[in-house]
Amino acid sequence: MLRFLARRLLWMAITLAAISFVTFVVIKLPPGDYTTTVIANAEARGQDIPDSQIAELKRHYGLDKPFLVQYWTWISGVVLHGDLGQSFAWNQSVASLIGNRVMLSILLSIGSLLFVWSIAFPIGIYSALRQYSPGDYVASFLGFIGMAVPEFMLALVMMWIGFRYFGQSVGGLFSPEYADAAWNLGKLLDLISHLWVPIVVVGVAGTAGLIRITRANLLDELHRPYVATARAKGLPEWKLLLKYPVRMSLSPFFSTVGWLLPGLISGETIVSVVMSLPTSGPLLLGAVRSQDMYLVGSFVLILSALTVIGTMLSDLALAWWDPRIRHRLSKG
Amino acid sequence: MVQTIQEQPAPPPQAAPEVVKSLRDHGALPQWRLMWRQFRRHRLALIGLVVLVPIYFVAVFSGFFAPAASDSAHTSLPYAPPQRVHLSTEHGLFVYGYSSTRSQETFEQTFTVDRSKIVDVGLFVRGDEYKVLGLIPSDIHLIGPTTKGEPFFLLGADQSGRDLLSRLIHGAKVSLSIGLVGVAASFVLGILIGGISGYFGGPVDNAIQRVIEFIMSIPTLPLWMALSAALPNSWGPLTRYFAITVILSLIGWTGLARDVRGRFLSLREEDFVMAARLDGVGQRGIIVGHMVPSFASHIIASVSMAVPRMILGETSLSFLGLGLQAPAVSWGVLLEGAQNIRAVATAPWLLTPGLAVVVVVLAMNFVGDGLRDAADPYK
Repeated sequence: MLRFLARRLLWMAITLAAISFVTFVVIKLPPGDYTTTVIANAEARGQDIPDSQIAELKRHYGLDKPFLVQYWTWISGVVLHGDLGQSFAWNQSVASLIGNRVMLSILLSIGSLLFVWSIAFPIGIYSALRQYSPGDYVASFLGFIGMAVPEFMLALVMMWIGFRYFGQSVGGLFSPEYADAAWNLGKLLDLISHLWVPIVVVGVAGTAGLIRITRANLLDELHRPYVATARAKGLPEWKLLLKYPVRMSLSPFFSTVGWLLPGLISGETIVSVVMSLPTSGPLLLGAVRSQDMYLVGSFVLILSALTVIGTMLSDLALAWWDPRIRHRLSKG
Repeated sequence: MVQTIQEQPAPPPQAAPEVVKSLRDHGALPQWRLMWRQFRRHRLALIGLVVLVPIYFVAVFSGFFAPAASDSAHTSLPYAPPQRVHLSTEHGLFVYGYSSTRSQETFEQTFTVDRSKIVDVGLFVRGDEYKVLGLIPSDIHLIGPTTKGEPFFLLGADQSGRDLLSRLIHGAKVSLSIGLVGVAASFVLGILIGGISGYFGGPVDNAIQRVIEFIMSIPTLPLWMALSAALPNSWGPLTRYFAITVILSLIGWTGLARDVRGRFLSLREEDFVMAARLDGVGQRGIIVGHMVPSFASHIIASVSMAVPRMILGETSLSFLGLGLQAPAVSWGVLLEGAQNIRAVATAPWLLTPGLAVVVVVLAMNFVGDGLRDAADPYK
């Protein structure tokens, strides 16, 4: 088990290093750099920036150095000092800029995950046990719809309904009076009262998918001989179901938790842009557009790190849940 | 698995008659007939197919079905509401025109249906010019105003007074094809890389699997965003279209490659592969002639599930302004106009491209579900 853990941790570090490098390459792909944005903005205002000043800017941000040097400066700062670099556009350290936002993103993702689980499992189990019942058909149909509706579409419709029929804008995570206030109980309650809309919006697609997975998995297990054996032994039906087939059907689910996380983060990104939530999404979009490279790089790095850690946790959870996998791991 | 059943010897004559019949049925029909039979049993998949075929047909002949060109605008009629087609003995088919008033306080323009203005509507009328399949010039439209240039907005107008229905139909061409092209690209990549990984196994397999895991662990949307932001703005719509397709399929192939690899690994041990090898069939012959046909149907089924995902991907990117950009029209580009909630509140019909996305993706998911069931007709 320990060897497995060590191997996974090592592999995780390698993956993250590779991701950081690829991210950096991708950010450097577009022709030009941040100074191009500065020049374009200045030209839009009708100003002209002298070449010497641009060269000065480049030197200041280290953009004149070779690619590998720039990468090394950034990544060594991240690893050795926990310094994510400076955002060009905001003229602030990336860490202070995204600290709060990433927390809200995580909060939103975890909230959506809990929402997805609490809705999808009971419905999925019900549809499998009562296959082809009206309830199953309704659940399947809703599941298909949920998978077909893009998140931003759902967000738009929700906002439109809120705007049209309740006369309020649903966007944002805080009421105006709390937006800049320090954290206190009132702000927390305010956050919760706003948070449920994006949680539902982000969670719908995941819920739909998970209902289908749970249903299919459970249907595979329900007619296995061990279920008949347990029934023949005279176990009460609900105890039998929960103890054997339902438990078995959850195993594949644990292994997909890791993949669910990037999905939630992606969904969160686009929903946040539409609903103008102060999470990481809108900041990332702006940074991508203006080639604010350390900001983008750090973002993708943090999100990827979350995903990689999530995958690892899901593997551990799977080993904890399924004795067969634990057995295989301890053997080698 | 498929071959083993097909190569079964004829049943002995003393078998029960109904068994003989069912075996003969299965043996005599070609595989695609069996699959079609299975597919037909999936009611929802059939409905999905019935929905999709006309939509694709309209998209291919978009110039004929759309009442106007995608860029023809009535600048005096922004956000004009949808019109209803009326039928009377006096005028035949017609719609009422608009009269607009500007509010004194907010300067917002509001439109009302003006029953005194009548716009005659006809079938097969002459209007904006277009090219059938990009080749044959024509100006015949299925439906439109008989006098060219009169307002005709069955689904309302957008912020520049362009007909939303026409733009929806023109946009279908991009939105519907991008999924197919993207999937074709990831199909080639997935089969090639997955096949190599599964057939050779060992260190090659290990390395490829690590790469796939690595790609899968990058959050999709941020990566898509970063990549599409890297596209230079100077690129024309066609280049951009292909670039977006490549970006979408760059990530889409991983799932397929895993699928192919899994199939290869399990098929390698099958008896019929061993038999072919003992028969002296070369490696390429085994792969192309024996292994690929037996899992092709599964691959097609899983590919069909990737098409709607790509359509959603394109729509999301264009919606964020990172995918295709005006003057190109796709459903995502059209939805970009609905980003502002105030615009949506005054003109809810701006959301119809979203409805189109939902209908198409839903139908594709149904068809994909049916294909998956039909992929193994011997079950």
